[in-house]
Amino acid sequence: MTGTGQQLYYFDNYASTRTDPRVVEAMLPYFSERYGNSNSRSHGFGWAAEEAIDLGRERVANLIGAKAAEVLFTSGGTESCNLAVFGVARMYAEKGKHIVTTAVEHRAVMDPIRALEREGWEVTYLPVDQTGLIDIDALKGAIRDDTTLVSVIFGNNEIGTIQDSAAIGAVCKEKGVIFHLDACMGLDTEVIDVDAHGVDLLSMSGHKIYGPKGIGALYVRRRRPRVRLQPMMLGGGQERGMRHGTLNTPGIAGMGMAAELCRLERDADKVRMTALRDRMYKAFMELDEVYLNGHPTQRLPGALNVSFNFIEGESLMMGMPDIAVSSGSACTSATLEPSHVMRALGVGEDLVHTSIRFSLGRFTTAAEVDHAIEQCMGSANKLRDMSPLWEMFKEGVDMSTIEWKHD
Amino acid sequence: MAYSNKVVDHFDNPRNMGSLDKSSDEVGTGIVGAPECGDVMKLQIQVENDRIVDAKFKTFGCGSAIASSSLATEWVKGMTIAEAVAIKNTDIVEELALPPVKIHCSVLAEEAIKAAIEDYQSKQASK
Repeated sequence: MTGTGQQLYYFDNYASTRTDPRVVEAMLPYFSERYGNSNSRSHGFGWAAEEAIDLGRERVANLIGAKAAEVLFTSGGTESCNLAVFGVARMYAEKGKHIVTTAVEHRAVMDPIRALEREGWEVTYLPVDQTGLIDIDALKGAIRDDTTLVSVIFGNNEIGTIQDSAAIGAVCKEKGVIFHLDACMGLDTEVIDVDAHGVDLLSMSGHKIYGPKGIGALYVRRRRPRVRLQPMMLGGGQERGMRHGTLNTPGIAGMGMAAELCRLERDADKVRMTALRDRMYKAFMELDEVYLNGHPTQRLPGALNVSFNFIEGESLMMGMPDIAVSSGSACTSATLEPSHVMRALGVGEDLVHTSIRFSLGRFTTAAEVDHAIEQCMGSANKLRDMSPLWEMFKEGVDMSTIEWKHD
Repeated sequence: MAYSNKVVDHFDNPRNMGSLDKSSDEVGTGIVGAPECGDVMKLQIQVENDRIVDAKFKTFGCGSAIASSSLATEWVKGMTIAEAVAIKNTDIVEELALPPVKIHCSVLAEEAIKAAIEDYQSKQASK
C-alpha cells in the first residue's frame, strides 16, 4: 500500500484481509449489470440475483460440510454472532436462561451475553489455561438442566489459539445443548465440518477470509436438532424468517467465491503461512526475554502474538512505521486497557503492555516477512536501550520487589 | 490516530537518552510510573550550584511518554531548581500537541522532574 506516500507492509490480517482479486471479479457483475433484488420473482433481474445467491450459499455450505439451506447471510461476523446468541437465548427462554461461554470470546459474543445477563440470564464463563484453551471437563461440569446455549470461539482473534471444537461439540450433543462456534477466524486454513464437530450454529465473516467487508454468514442446523432463532430485525421475510432484509447480492457472490477459494487452497496456504510465521518467531526468539502468547502448536497459522519484555507495545510499533500490526490487546487498544484475552491467559500485568500481534495471510510473502523481522528487531533493540526496566533487568534488579509510584 | 510531528521527532531522535551515575551526590534520580500501567520514566538531573547542568532519561512507554520525557530533559538542562519545579504538564501537552488520551504521559514527565529534584535535595540534606 502507498496511500500515505510510503510503502506499507501488511501484518494485520486478523483485523481484515485483502479482498482476493478473484473475489472482486466475481462480485463486479452484481453492481451495475445484474443489480436486481433476489426477491423479485417476476423478471430476469431477480432471477439472476437469486442464481448468484444460490451459488454463494452452496459454496459457503461446502466449506463447512453443511447443506445450502442451512446457511443464512448477514452483514458480517458481528451480526452472525449477535443473531446466534440473542436468537437462541430468546427463542429458548422458556426452556432455561443459562449460557456457557469462555473468558476469551470476541466482543461480538461477549457483549450480547453480558446484555442478556443484565436481562436476567445466568452465565458461566469458562476460564482458559495459559495457552488459551478451555478445559473440556470444566465445560461438562458447567452445563446445567437450564442451559440452552454453549458459545465458544474457534480460533482466537488475538492469540490464535484453536479450541478443540470437536470435543466441545461432543459434550454439547451428549447434554442436548445448542453449540454455537464463532468461526470468524480460521476458515481460511482450518477444516471445520459441522457434523463431525457437532456444531449447531457457526458464525462466519467475509473479510477475514479474503472476501469483502459487510457480509457474513450464519450456519443454522436444520436437522437433529432443528435450531430456531428469534430474529433481531423484522421485515421482508428473507432467510427463512431469521434474518430479514434484501440480500447483498455482490457481497454474497464475493463471500461464496472467497469460501470456494479457501476450500481449494486452505491446505497449501496453511503450510506456507505456518512456515513464514515460524521463521518470524524463530528470528524474534534470538532476542532475550521474548514470549509467545497463545498455544505453541494448536494455533492459527497466521497468528504471532509475542511479548517483548521491557518494551511497551505501542512504542515498538512506532519504531517500525512501515509495518502494519496491532498491539497485542487488539480490539481494545483504543482504550489503552489490556485486553480481556490477555488477562484471561494470566499474562503478568507487566507483560500485558509489551505484546504485539503480527497476523499473516494468504498474500504475505517471504520478502515481507524478512523486512518485518529486520524492522522489528531494530525497533526492539533501540527501545530496550531506552528502557529503564531493561537497564534494571540487566543490573539484576528484582523488579517484583520495587514499590512503583502509581498515579 | 497519527502522532504529532514533534512527538515523532523526539521518538526518532531522543534528546539526552541515557543514564547518569545515580550514586553521585550531584545527581538526582526520579523513577515514576509502573510496568503494569504501561509507563515507567526514569529522569536524572546533575546539579551544580543550584543549576541543572545535565539531564538524562530512560522511558518504558508509548511514543508520547518517550517524547514527554525527552522534552523534559531538554527543558530542564540549564534551568535552576526553582525553574524546573515550575514546569507544568500542560506546557508539555501544548508543546507536543498531545491528544487527551495521552495527557497522563505529560503528568508523568512533570512528576519525574519533581521526583529527581526531591531525590537530589534529600541527598544534599543528608550530607
